[in-house]
Amino acid sequence: MAGMAFGRRTLAALALATGLIGTAQAGEVTFWTWRQEDKAIYTDLFAEFTKANPGITVKFEAFPNENYNTIVTTALAGGKGGDVLHARAYGGLEAMAKSGYYLALDKTNVPELANLPDDANASESLRADGKVYAVSLAGQTLGLIVNKDVFATAGVAVPATWADLLAACTALKAKGITPIANGTATPWMDAIFATVFTNPFLGPDWVKDMLAGKTNFSDAKFTAALGKLIELKPCLPDGFTGVDYATSQQLFSAGRAAIFVGGSFEIAPFRRGNPKLNLDFVAPPAPAAGQPTYVSRFFDSGFAVNAKSPNQADALKLVRWMATKAFAEPAAAKLGNISSLKDVAAADPLLGKIAKLNETAMPYATLVYFRFEAPTGTDLLQEGVQKMMGGTATPAEVGANITAGLAKWYKPFQK
Amino acid sequence: MSSRLRLNVWIAFLLAPGLVVMTLFVAAPLLSSFRYAFYNFNGVLPDTFIGLANFRDVLFEAPFAATTWRALGHNAIVFAALMITQNGLAYLIAFALLKSLPGHRIHQTIVFLPVVLSAVIVGFLWKLFFHPLFGLVNAALAIIGIHGPPWLGNESTALGSIIFTNAWHWVGFPALIFLAGMQRISKETLEAARIDGATDRVLLTSIIWPLVAPSTTIVATLTFIGSFNWFELPYVMAGATGSPGGATDVLGLYFYRTAFGSASSGLQDFGHGSALAVLMFLFLAITSGLGLRYLRRREIEA
Repeated sequence: MAGMAFGRRTLAALALATGLIGTAQAGEVTFWTWRQEDKAIYTDLFAEFTKANPGITVKFEAFPNENYNTIVTTALAGGKGGDVLHARAYGGLEAMAKSGYYLALDKTNVPELANLPDDANASESLRADGKVYAVSLAGQTLGLIVNKDVFATAGVAVPATWADLLAACTALKAKGITPIANGTATPWMDAIFATVFTNPFLGPDWVKDMLAGKTNFSDAKFTAALGKLIELKPCLPDGFTGVDYATSQQLFSAGRAAIFVGGSFEIAPFRRGNPKLNLDFVAPPAPAAGQPTYVSRFFDSGFAVNAKSPNQADALKLVRWMATKAFAEPAAAKLGNISSLKDVAAADPLLGKIAKLNETAMPYATLVYFRFEAPTGTDLLQEGVQKMMGGTATPAEVGANITAGLAKWYKPFQK
Repeated sequence: MSSRLRLNVWIAFLLAPGLVVMTLFVAAPLLSSFRYAFYNFNGVLPDTFIGLANFRDVLFEAPFAATTWRALGHNAIVFAALMITQNGLAYLIAFALLKSLPGHRIHQTIVFLPVVLSAVIVGFLWKLFFHPLFGLVNAALAIIGIHGPPWLGNESTALGSIIFTNAWHWVGFPALIFLAGMQRISKETLEAARIDGATDRVLLTSIIWPLVAPSTTIVATLTFIGSFNWFELPYVMAGATGSPGGATDVLGLYFYRTAFGSASSGLQDFGHGSALAVLMFLFLAITSGLGLRYLRRREIEA
């Protein structure tokens, strides 16, 4: 299978190298993405761009998500590739942009970068030079997705504090409802689960101190927050260590569970799967009444310009347009996400509510800051959470292991 | 043209297409993987020659080394468990089939049937069977009053569950090889033993076992290579990270997620990945080479 996967990549690369994919003509900008499912949406949006910029058309070309990185880098290494490229963020961006394939964007070639908040631009920057390499598209917010009908039928209020949450768990279970749909069998969900519930206990100042190396994941504050997750074991499905992502989604979609811990990106699939779901998105419970709570946030992709594009002037025009409301507002509405741009109103009321929660959001730290080198913060956190929830590691061991792993490459931890 | 030369030209002509394909698609990628193992990668391009540093990292440097050795340990467990359970059972099944009891033909087909299924299908099937909420296994256990664990979610049962699935999937293959080996033993030998009063147990341990040594060689070698290249089943059933908490992590998974990245980290590190692949290749080539020498010698002694 490993060999097969590599074989597929090699084949895809060969297809590119032999020039199966045509090069763009003058006045035509090629847009490369892994989002085949959004083809209709982008085609509509690009038609608007052509209206505003007569003479420039945009060609949409999509590649399979799992091979996208390999296909793009192989093409770019050969001096080919799309003119405008859908780019990953953070560590994923770095893997591609540090080879010098993306054009550095700044105030002179893309003045519209000023329309984006600093943390969005940071998500498309390299650590080495601090330059921005892509216009961020959207942000994702992590919190609790709530089935309002389930809560209402059970006569339980959506919890606002940690104590409320534990009480709601007991009440919901008494009615035969699984309080929280999440299991721990799918690792990437565990990192999200842990981030959502620990962030209100940590607070933004702790993250700043931790990034500066003044504290780290072995800190008692972090391990105490992590230990809180153990209290949630009775809220999770029976046999939760064997319950995977797909099962959690099914439990929630079918109305058998009240809360799904996840990202704003889950909302659209939930609505598609069961249009009758009466959804709400709330911040995780605060440690105690009167204390602040925070959703967690990260940015997930952007638009970059091929540094070797023969059509760079037109490509830059497209990317500049993508950093304006003319693109961002309809794109956010059609794609069902929350635009990275400042002051873009969300068409959907629920997304509007999430945008409001974003104003005080904390970062999804292990993704935003610790996904640049191996071992990544997310990998360490998710393995630790799986073990801790399975009962084979203590919060202190998990914290110490995360710190030790990151110290391999994160300088402030190397003391 | 002398006939000898003509013959050589013909041989060269017939070998050339195969040789070209093998060189281009097998030898060249293998060699490039060897080369990549000595480079530091900047993004997805080899950047600087760093000698044996990648090998040192994956073998001795924390935290990578711990993962490598843990994965190797799991591979060894898989090999030992499959040799004893899967192949042991296969040996017994082969003997039962050899006796040509009524209905042995249909049983032979049934035993071999799962082998023709793809590992991905078998993996998904058993992942569903082991599911804690609506799995067949726990539902069956519930009938007799046992509350089954989440088999694939428990660190203590996950690896065993995947090994079991592998045995279910593959048992027919060694059974068939053993059966073929047993059928080659002359009837006279077996009948003579019977007349001397040998029981089934004696037949199995003292008469048949040494005489099917060539089959054992094949089964042991294939099981060894399969166990240390184990990928499809753990990938489908436990994911690229070897859930839960790395309890099912094996070298194949570690190589895959290092080189190609996992769901939660898009990091692609071909340098360390290639180093792992090269080490796996060397380990397999050397150990199976030595093992084969020993097994072949054993065949002659027998």
